[in-house]
Amino acid sequence: MKPGDAPEFWRTLAEKNGANLDELVGDEFASRLPDSFDAVERRAFLKLMGASLALAGMAGCTRQPPEQIVPYVRQPESIIPGQPLFYSTAMTLGGRATGILVESHEGRPTKIEGNPSHPASLGATDVFAQAALLDLYDPDRMQTLTYRGDILPWSAFLGAMRTVTTTEQAESGAGLRILTETVCSPTLGAQIEEILARFPSAVWHQWDPATGVNSAAGLRMAAGNDVSAHYNVESAAVIVSFDADFLACGAGHLRYGRQFARRRRPEGAGCRLYAAEAMPTTTGAKADHRLPLKPSQIEMLARALAADLGVAGVNRGAALPADAQAWLTAVRNDLNAHRGASIVIAGEGQPAVVHALAHALNATLGNAGRTVLYTDPVETHPVDQVRSLRELADAMAAGDVDTLLILGGNPVYTAPADLRFAEQMAKVRVRAHLSLHANETSAISHWQIPEAHFLEAWSDARAFDGTVSIVQPLIAPLYGGRSAHEVLAALSDRPERTGYQIVREFWQEQRGATPTGARGAIAATGASGATGATGATGATGATEFEAFWRKTVHDGVMANTALPTRAITPAGPIAAFSTAPPAPDGGIEIAFRNDPTIYDGRFNNNGWLQELPKPITHLTWDNAVLVSPATMERLGGAARPDFTGGERGQIHGSVVAITYRGRSVRGAMFPVAGHPDDVATLHLGYGRARTGHVGADRGFNAGALRTSDALTFGTGAQIATTGDTFPLACVQYHHLMEGRDIIRAIPRAELASLKKEEKALPSMWPVLTDEQEKVADYKWGMSIDLNACNGCNACVVSCQAENNIPVVGKVEVMRGREMHWLRVDSYHQGEVANPKTYFQPVPCMHCETAPCEPVCPVGATTHSSEGLNDMVYNRCVGTRYCSNNCPYKVRRFNFLQYQDWDTPSLKLGRNPDVSVRSRGVMEKCTYCVQRISAGRIQSEREGRKIQDGEVTTACQSVCPAEAIVFGNLNDPSSRVSMLQAEQRDYALLRELNTRPRTTYLAAITEFNPDLSDK
Amino acid sequence: MAEFDSSTALVDAAHRAYNEGYRKMDAYSPVPIEELHEALHMHDDRLPKIVLAGGILGGLGGYGLQYWASVIAYPMNVGGRPLHSWPAFIPVTFETTILAAALSAVLGMLALNGLPQPFHPVFNVPRFALASRNRFFLCIEARDAKFNIDSTRQFLESLGAREVTTVED
Amino acid sequence: MMTPDPVTRTPKEAHTPIAGAAGAGVPVIAPGHNFATVTDKISAIVLTRRTSLGWWFGFAIAFALANVLLVSIGYLVAVGVGVWGINQPVAWGFAIVNFVWWIGIGHAGTLISAILLLFKQTWRTSINRFAEAMTLFAVACAGLFPILHLGRPWLAYWLFPYSNTMNVWPQFRSPLVWDVFAVSTYATVSLLFWFVGLIPDLATLRDRSESRAGRVIYGALAMGWRGSAHHWHRYETAYLLLAGLATPLVVSVHTIVSFDFAISVIPGWHATVFPPYFVAGAIYSGFAMVLTLAIPIRRVYGLQDFITDRHLNNMAKILLVTGLIVAYGYMIEAFMAWYSANTYEVYMMRNRMTGPYGPLYWALLFCNVLTPQFLWSNKIRTNALLLFIISLIVNVGMWLERFVIVVTSLHRDFLPSSWGRYEPTMWDWGTYMGTIGLFLALLFLFLRFLPMISIFEMRTLVPDAKPDQGGAR
Repeated sequence: MKPGDAPEFWRTLAEKNGANLDELVGDEFASRLPDSFDAVERRAFLKLMGASLALAGMAGCTRQPPEQIVPYVRQPESIIPGQPLFYSTAMTLGGRATGILVESHEGRPTKIEGNPSHPASLGATDVFAQAALLDLYDPDRMQTLTYRGDILPWSAFLGAMRTVTTTEQAESGAGLRILTETVCSPTLGAQIEEILARFPSAVWHQWDPATGVNSAAGLRMAAGNDVSAHYNVESAAVIVSFDADFLACGAGHLRYGRQFARRRRPEGAGCRLYAAEAMPTTTGAKADHRLPLKPSQIEMLARALAADLGVAGVNRGAALPADAQAWLTAVRNDLNAHRGASIVIAGEGQPAVVHALAHALNATLGNAGRTVLYTDPVETHPVDQVRSLRELADAMAAGDVDTLLILGGNPVYTAPADLRFAEQMAKVRVRAHLSLHANETSAISHWQIPEAHFLEAWSDARAFDGTVSIVQPLIAPLYGGRSAHEVLAALSDRPERTGYQIVREFWQEQRGATPTGARGAIAATGASGATGATGATGATGATEFEAFWRKTVHDGVMANTALPTRAITPAGPIAAFSTAPPAPDGGIEIAFRNDPTIYDGRFNNNGWLQELPKPITHLTWDNAVLVSPATMERLGGAARPDFTGGERGQIHGSVVAITYRGRSVRGAMFPVAGHPDDVATLHLGYGRARTGHVGADRGFNAGALRTSDALTFGTGAQIATTGDTFPLACVQYHHLMEGRDIIRAIPRAELASLKKEEKALPSMWPVLTDEQEKVADYKWGMSIDLNACNGCNACVVSCQAENNIPVVGKVEVMRGREMHWLRVDSYHQGEVANPKTYFQPVPCMHCETAPCEPVCPVGATTHSSEGLNDMVYNRCVGTRYCSNNCPYKVRRFNFLQYQDWDTPSLKLGRNPDVSVRSRGVMEKCTYCVQRISAGRIQSEREGRKIQDGEVTTACQSVCPAEAIVFGNLNDPSSRVSMLQAEQRDYALLRELNTRPRTTYLAAITEFNPDLSDK
Repeated sequence: MAEFDSSTALVDAAHRAYNEGYRKMDAYSPVPIEELHEALHMHDDRLPKIVLAGGILGGLGGYGLQYWASVIAYPMNVGGRPLHSWPAFIPVTFETTILAAALSAVLGMLALNGLPQPFHPVFNVPRFALASRNRFFLCIEARDAKFNIDSTRQFLESLGAREVTTVED
Repeated sequence: MMTPDPVTRTPKEAHTPIAGAAGAGVPVIAPGHNFATVTDKISAIVLTRRTSLGWWFGFAIAFALANVLLVSIGYLVAVGVGVWGINQPVAWGFAIVNFVWWIGIGHAGTLISAILLLFKQTWRTSINRFAEAMTLFAVACAGLFPILHLGRPWLAYWLFPYSNTMNVWPQFRSPLVWDVFAVSTYATVSLLFWFVGLIPDLATLRDRSESRAGRVIYGALAMGWRGSAHHWHRYETAYLLLAGLATPLVVSVHTIVSFDFAISVIPGWHATVFPPYFVAGAIYSGFAMVLTLAIPIRRVYGLQDFITDRHLNNMAKILLVTGLIVAYGYMIEAFMAWYSANTYEVYMMRNRMTGPYGPLYWALLFCNVLTPQFLWSNKIRTNALLLFIISLIVNVGMWLERFVIVVTSLHRDFLPSSWGRYEPTMWDWGTYMGTIGLFLALLFLFLRFLPMISIFEMRTLVPDAKPDQGGAR
């Protein structure tokens, strides 16, 4: 800890005590000793001591970073205890930034929201952004800088790098290699350029297989040089997806999701979605016409479509199956009818040529420039990453690499098996790895450098459209981590610069705020440059820059930095189109995909994401060999529910051995309706050799099978059952509606003729709820639009983060005891081979005549004057009768002590406005009552009523599709009132006359008449 | 006090003693004998009244408690049901009625019988232990107006008693 | 009225509601008994005979089982109800199944001692005492479960209406609160009824006990009872009134227990047939249990004179009748599900028969509907061994019924997305077996230290209980 922090330290301790008080109160409400039998209460005092010390050790978690950071609404000086502040920053995935707002309580980040002014967010976030918070507080993070296992100070690393620089200076850095993930950070890019300028023979490699490898290659093929593409979904009437899950992943998917949902609204212009895909995705589920195809067949489909629509010189390749042909014809006609207002989009899982075909199609259809926009590359230094990594591997194999600096990522785990990366890396003399967690790569690195979480460090990054955001920290590094900027600085001539200085100086320089170009100054060796850079800044320039800096950091976006769109003109006929595609062979294909919740494994140790049901499969905690039911049967496999947990918990899948290109893995097989036959989809990111406690021993490593020439799918795999079975934690195995009126869907055409249904049915009780509703100013209600929801699950994690919902672990999930207050059910309609899938988020319905309330013997759940179905934790004795009597089964019970009372870092991340529940009490969705109270306090202070949209629930605020709307039903002009007034509004299980306050809007289908007969 | 072999003997002994004009007397038997009640002209119907009162009080109390608790003391909107959901209050009311009635029956009986009573003079008679087995006793108390230690003894012997003893207290 | 004149004792019984013609000729007490023999024979079991090895052996086993209960409860309270198999959606499991089962068993005791008393069924006399004891012990076991199944059992007292600083009261619309009142009232009244019945016998034991300790203890309990005519007079009134009160009570208790389910919205629970069908089920299981206990006891203690084949016969008849009522209940459940044409009800019934728990449903039909049909035969009704086996099967069947009602209704209700399953853990079993141990242990103590047959009531059955003249009206 730096001596300068001393005063901070004392302030921290004081604030920490405050925090402890909160905890004690929390415990008191969790009602006395026996609750937390695991000795929390008994050792409470010691614990609090321990916690305080641990935290003091963390150099004061609750202190602001030393530099001045700019809160979104108010100045940091105006911290009022109990009053959260919001700061804008950005999270990057695959290098691309997504703007976020982070809620901070007394200097502790507790919740992440989207940044409305950021183009990639528009106020929404995805599951990864939500869960990033837990990564920040993950006790398993790498906590100390070590060299060959010895704990060393940062200065030791600087020293080591100094020796490296001096030695490398001699051979102009021939032995120096830097491996990063995709870099879209202007500052980081510039820093590396600097280093390369200093060491001309040094090489910068990029490897980030999870995002953009194929699409970049495809663009390169289509445009002849490196460009980036993004889409304008709001003006697309027809979208054709070739295995593209553009609503749920990839840069800009939040924006696309929102635009798609808006177009599909009744008042929207409508947008018909065709999806040809292998593994069913949320995009496929939203599609009006989904076509299950083997990954390899999709290229044929793309070629056929291109040929039909007149793309020059396309070799059709093999013939398509009959149903695909019918699909193709309909799509072709539809596209023809909507030239300039359609999008053809290829997914990451498809090879470059399919992407190129898609771009060619868009060009032919006149979509380019209208719905498909091209810009200069967003990456600062785009490369063919597969080649880049192969070169590095070869160089290491040849022993040409003396120093390898790996900034983030986990190449040892993610590199294709055929590169034998670990083996080659062992030949490098100095191996340094910057990482959030100790992973497979750090295991074989000499220098293991704890990385600062993005909420702890300064940086910057471009969004999918080039918009720049400044990444500002909310909290000083918990474990003294360092950012990539600071590590790279070690190779520069001014190693001590902080991330703040580096980023700020870069932009000063960009804004020309420094008369003597800092770049030159840096190039000029010696301290003079430093002084030149910082000292000689013109006063006017300084003030002007200060204003710009404050505004940028405050807004979370740098004004007018979106890259200008440009046209692409292929150099000539594209060879790949005319060459005959590989004939598909008979064997089983396997497809490698990022895991929907733990991505490429970087979120492997994140409990929220591990326990988050994966869309479509609803699996948690493991990956599986995903096949079609028919294929499973053919392979002699089976999946059966256990009597413990059953359909809602534990499914035993037969363990199969997959042999592919001489390598083999074993995994549990799991059937997926709508999955193409003879294809096995494997999700990456599991089977980790080195990770934290949460991710250890989960699933199998599909990456061990994949080779650099076929990153996303390949043919010729053998799958054999082993006779064993493996228990999978699946929270919804039954997807049939059993002919019940659960999901409603109507064709767009019939919207007008639909008539609204009456909410209430006759009852034996005098209906006094009406006058009750009058007494209060507010009558809270919620509307969930099944038409908009694309099952992305962001709401589930958001709810978990906002409401301190515990993670129960795989065993408890398998017993059917997971705790999510909000779940996203999915139901299938139609034949198993290719069903239509609907998503249905189910929170507590807050029924007017709630069945759960009269059966509670102690009145622990009752109605508030504003119509909330309140749950009084400290009055609950745990009869669970309410849960039995809840027809929606939205109540969750603490069967055991699920909440972690011990880990100090986790305590920091909890929402102080929500009591932490203990063993033996029931809990459920509260409509985020704490947010309502906050809104009420605010409005009462200002002597007005709460305005519509002022209070948003956690699930609503993060939803990219705006599917969830919450508000005051007493106000006829509120959005929720108007939505509930819509014709397609209906109450779930209305026949029970529970009169739920949460109602649903029926899904709207836009089937193509030519296809919908089948 | 006279000891008899059979209930028959005891019953007509009691009859004759009553006709003789003895009033303050009591009979002891291992089994209840209905005829004795007429023989000794016992009329006590207080117990049923007590039980009735207890039941009524219990019922009113039970319903009152529920009404007060859910309407007056802590009114809450529970599942949109009326505060005074009388149909839901019936079961508890019923149970409290029974409980109070049953308690008053037992306690009333004990109280009227003056039980528990650890000691009573008749226990001084050694053979009285048989009263709980197979012997029947008729006891004319000294408090009785006609009581005379000799004449009463003769009278009892004249009833064909198995044995006549004097109860000392 | 405890003195049935010769007329009511034999021929007339042919016309009394429950005891049918068959076996009416057989006396309810073997001939040749007088006050002395009855008194001596019964009290001897408690007083004179030294504790038999068999008793020790049986008690040891029961006590060991009771300790399993102790361990299970300890672990439960320490770790949480999560040690059981319950989950979402099946949040009630063994605890509630066992609760209903035990409560049901209890009902027979009250029925025998109260209702049959009102019906002047003199044959009840020799079995009512231990039937009542059985009631008490069963209710004790039953009472454990609602407390244990709470997430926070140490707060169970919050269900009682007591004045507290927060001024919050129980929520009287909840059937669980009704349960609290019903079960506690039931326990109290049963105890009173039992104890009042014991007083004269305690006096007998006091007078006949050789040991000083015996005299003191029994004396204290007898409260100075001396068989005074005045006392007998009020005593009988009280006893009769108690019987009159216990009769509606016993009906109300299982009705209220059935409300736990009938009040809810869950298909398979939400049924109007539940109250009568639960009460019948309770009596059914209760009589099964009485038979299960009476048959071995009368053999071991050689009480064939007092618990005659006539008793077995009558109880078997009741078993048959209630069994038929229960069968009717099952039929109506299925019929209503079909007749309602309600998606959820229809599916529930189909799921009960063919779903994952289907075998249990068929097993329960075999135990509760098929088995009792054998009781139409007079031979089987008077064959102690067969009766014993049948009663055991019925006990199992009634437990299965509760399991089917609780679990199969919950595990698949309205939204298929929330369908799950339930499987008991070793702790579920431990708690259940433990209560059986507790029940038996208490029963063994009762047999050893209290007259298992009401002595004074038995006396009223022997010929010389009744004066030869003056009584007949």
